[in-house]
Amino acid sequence: MFKVIIIDDEPLARMVILDYLSEFPDMQVVAECANGFEGLKAIGQHSPDLIFLDIQMPKISGLEMLELIDEPPAVIFTTAFDEYALKAFESNAVDYLLKPFSKERFNKAISRWKEQKGTTKGDDISRTLIAAMPSQPEHANRVVVKSGHNIRIIPLDQILYVEAYDDYIKIHIKDDCFLKKQTMQQTEALLGDKKFVRVHRSFIVNLGEITRIEPMSKESYIAVMRDETKIPLSKPGYAKLKSMLGI
Amino acid sequence: MQSLNKMWVFPVAWWLVWISFQGWFLFHSGWNVEVAFADSLVSNILLAALCTGILYSVQYNRPDLKRIVVLFAGILFSSLLWVWLCAQILTGIFDTNPDYAEFLEKTQIIRFMIGFFLITLFALFGWISYFIKEQLDEKNRANEVIRLARESELIHLRQQLQPHFLFNTLNSVNALIGSNPVAAKRMILQLSDFLRGTLKKEDDKPVPLSEEINYLNLYLEIEKVRFGNRLNAIIRIDPEIAEHPVPVFLLQPLVENAIKFGLYDTIDQVRIEINASKKDPFLEVRISNPFDATTTAAVPGTGFGLNAVSRRLFLLFSRTDLLDVNSMDNTFTVTLKIPLSYV
Repeated sequence: MFKVIIIDDEPLARMVILDYLSEFPDMQVVAECANGFEGLKAIGQHSPDLIFLDIQMPKISGLEMLELIDEPPAVIFTTAFDEYALKAFESNAVDYLLKPFSKERFNKAISRWKEQKGTTKGDDISRTLIAAMPSQPEHANRVVVKSGHNIRIIPLDQILYVEAYDDYIKIHIKDDCFLKKQTMQQTEALLGDKKFVRVHRSFIVNLGEITRIEPMSKESYIAVMRDETKIPLSKPGYAKLKSMLGI
Repeated sequence: MQSLNKMWVFPVAWWLVWISFQGWFLFHSGWNVEVAFADSLVSNILLAALCTGILYSVQYNRPDLKRIVVLFAGILFSSLLWVWLCAQILTGIFDTNPDYAEFLEKTQIIRFMIGFFLITLFALFGWISYFIKEQLDEKNRANEVIRLARESELIHLRQQLQPHFLFNTLNSVNALIGSNPVAAKRMILQLSDFLRGTLKKEDDKPVPLSEEINYLNLYLEIEKVRFGNRLNAIIRIDPEIAEHPVPVFLLQPLVENAIKFGLYDTIDQVRIEINASKKDPFLEVRISNPFDATTTAAVPGTGFGLNAVSRRLFLLFSRTDLLDVNSMDNTFTVTLKIPLSYV
């Protein structure tokens, strides 16, 4: 018996999937969720084998929800029209269904999943998706993080700096910081190059939060943030920072 | 522009031909080469300068009666001035030649006439070039107007045929066909009416506010089916302005914006309020939706269709102060003002 979760904010859209799934006696719908928060909770609770996930949902998108799961389950996306996400799917997703979809098309997605099961890790899929995320303008102005059991949506301008932390990144905001499983490269792309600059292999800083640049030793410099945190600057990082600040 | 920059070649060539002709003519009338060509050169260089001056002074203004009178006087004066100057200079050069002095004296009238004729000719050229330029400008302006209209039409089409809305609605219909065929039927009809509404109306032709509200209701009914009990909409219209003309399709994008913004920024129930009233000299429509101030930092002005509406308002009224956004106490309000003078 496979455990399935349906996550979509439109009740009728969930109904279609539920209806189509009724033909598969080996698939059991363990939860129906109307948003990413419910989805996260249900996934944590049931560890499903497969989820059907809408992308445009209240508060956090389907993609943002996936970002918060360390070991995401296999995903079949169901979306009406999302050119950005489609690009990401092309290479790696189990499947994506464009609403409205037929029963035949749905069945094909299920058989594809059953074939791939065990060969493709859900993890790879969501990583690929996340890498394509910054091209989504609606999500480019914030990051979603988990802190304990809470989910926080952080507007980008509240981020002071980001620090590499093994497989994770540490996002520093005023008086707090959050861990997120993401590479520095992805983070750099997500934050954009207007307000943030990668000043070091392990650091990306918010330009607006830098108060001054001080020499550290011969030929090495540090940036001092508004809260007096000192961030080391690599040589190319220092050059980049200088040109961006116009000095 | 290249061809316009080379335009000076023609008058210069013409003057060279004219100078040669006059020199040759005088030479054949019995004057020696020196006198013939000195006369031709001096008088025509002066004349060329006057003609060029006149040409440039007239080609920037549309001729009216006052300008024509002034110009006529100017031409008369400059012709006289020219004849007088030529006489002064040429007698200065050839003061030892009494025959030439007599010749100058005799030909003053004919010189004046030639000068007057040529200066008038150049003035006419100036006017002709003014009219050609005006016509070109007019054509460019007309093209620009067409381009802007097309652009606004495109914006409006993009606004209307939201693929997300369309496909999600079809998906809801797909779900309803099995479980609730009556509701599916109703939704198909509503969607058809909505789409027909977007197609049949001529762009930027005013419609009564009540018609726009009916159209809005169709849209809201569809969205209510999609989002179930999460969406509530309240519409209040001051009966006094219900039949007042408004531009088509201004309200729907704003309401769509409010719904999207409201529904996607909170997981709770969403209440959209639409109030239309008369605020002299405007018809004012306020559309409000809830939002979460803790997670939505900036005013979502871009990417939410507000820009398209504000651009259309500008195209219609040449004003930028007709659309106002305001967020307070977790409520986001868009205020649209339509001048009551709009018909």
